[in-house]
Amino acid sequence: MMNSIWSKTIYPGGKWSGTIGRGKLLRFTALNNGANISMLMYNARDLSERYNMPDTLKAQHTSHLTKGNVLMSDNGRVLASIVDDSLGWHDTICGYTTRATTDAKYGATNYQERRNEWLRSGQENFAMELVRNGLSMRDMVPVVNLFSKVFCDDDGNMRFCTEHCHEGATVTLRTEMDILFILSNTPNPLDPRTSYPSVPVKMEVLLAAPVDSKDYCVNYRPENRRAFENTWEYYTLLGN
Amino acid sequence: MGAFNRIESPRRIEDAIYDEIIPAGDGWMRELLPGQVLRIVDLDGNQAADTLFYDAENPEDHYSAVATIAGQGNIYLTAGTTLRSESGKELLKIVADTCGRHDTLGGACSAQSNTVRYSHDTLSMHNCRDTFMLQIAKHDGTYTKRDLAPNINFFMNVPVTPDGGLEFADGVSAPGCYVELQSLCRTMVLISNCPQLNNPCNAYNPTPIRLLIWEE
Repeated sequence: MMNSIWSKTIYPGGKWSGTIGRGKLLRFTALNNGANISMLMYNARDLSERYNMPDTLKAQHTSHLTKGNVLMSDNGRVLASIVDDSLGWHDTICGYTTRATTDAKYGATNYQERRNEWLRSGQENFAMELVRNGLSMRDMVPVVNLFSKVFCDDDGNMRFCTEHCHEGATVTLRTEMDILFILSNTPNPLDPRTSYPSVPVKMEVLLAAPVDSKDYCVNYRPENRRAFENTWEYYTLLGN
Repeated sequence: MGAFNRIESPRRIEDAIYDEIIPAGDGWMRELLPGQVLRIVDLDGNQAADTLFYDAENPEDHYSAVATIAGQGNIYLTAGTTLRSESGKELLKIVADTCGRHDTLGGACSAQSNTVRYSHDTLSMHNCRDTFMLQIAKHDGTYTKRDLAPNINFFMNVPVTPDGGLEFADGVSAPGCYVELQSLCRTMVLISNCPQLNNPCNAYNPTPIRLLIWEE
């Protein structure tokens, strides 16, 4: 069992942003039932290149994410692969909570009255971290919601599964590029529970073994292989 | 497949203040005033019209696919759908729809996504992302690549299955089908009439669309 080189727990309502170099594993662990953590990814070398939900879903003919899937940028490259997953389903079509929807669902709160217990929203968390990194709401795009399952019935109605994520669930990403991650531990917008449902999520970074030709994610679909080829080509041209 | 809700428009063509044909592979960018109604007509059937919207008073606030579908709890866009921006602002409402279902999970084609989906040889083929970028380049400098968020594909049918799949189904649109949107504020509209030949989104035959605007 490899040792992590870095670890941090994001508490309910919390946020984090930072750059993680390629070739690392980023393992998320739900420290209680019902976790949801909203995630954005940007190419650290060129922040205009970012995670693109439609390109990711349509290339892999899927509407959910699990082991084998890759998280693609809008330039046809793999930002990160999902190399391990104990849950089997992560969401990327629901978006994130706003100040307005947080107040409406859980009751209005503010810092003056609640200090650091005020109920934070994904929208505000992302806005702050985007600006911190030289970006803005212009750069806000659909997020990945790790640990959530929302499926669609035959009429297209979106159904959130409240029993999906159990304590101890893990999902592990492998970075294929240098990535700016922005994370917000705020609820899934479709979670019907009326008391603020966020639970702590632990993040650990470990070193990844080199990607070889037998790699599970590279071979998961031919589309994935071509996205990896686009990514390797990018680094060949950069010279490292 | 669920029932399709088709609603016709009471508007008459002769009352329109604007009427243009957009050939396949071309783009269009124009601001709508509050109350104005835009109709996009699928002239020959099964043509995808990739469309983005912006709050013209705050162009950083772009159309949000996820705010729109989570806001209505349903992934399909049709008459009655409110199109929302990233901030949650209501930009437009779909007031008529004779096709019955439109997609907002499939995104726009690009040279890069084509190389992933089909083969590296497709890099040189024309695509919607290029059309969007050309329109932006010809505009006044307000918009950049960073403003190209996931879009709507009018007239496209991308069914999502309960077990988490996603399919590209045969088109449900027919010649003359249209969708009509009423702008609720000053809205910038950016359209690419999709040139994609590698999948059936245009029935392998990209065709023109017609755009009409009414003052209300």
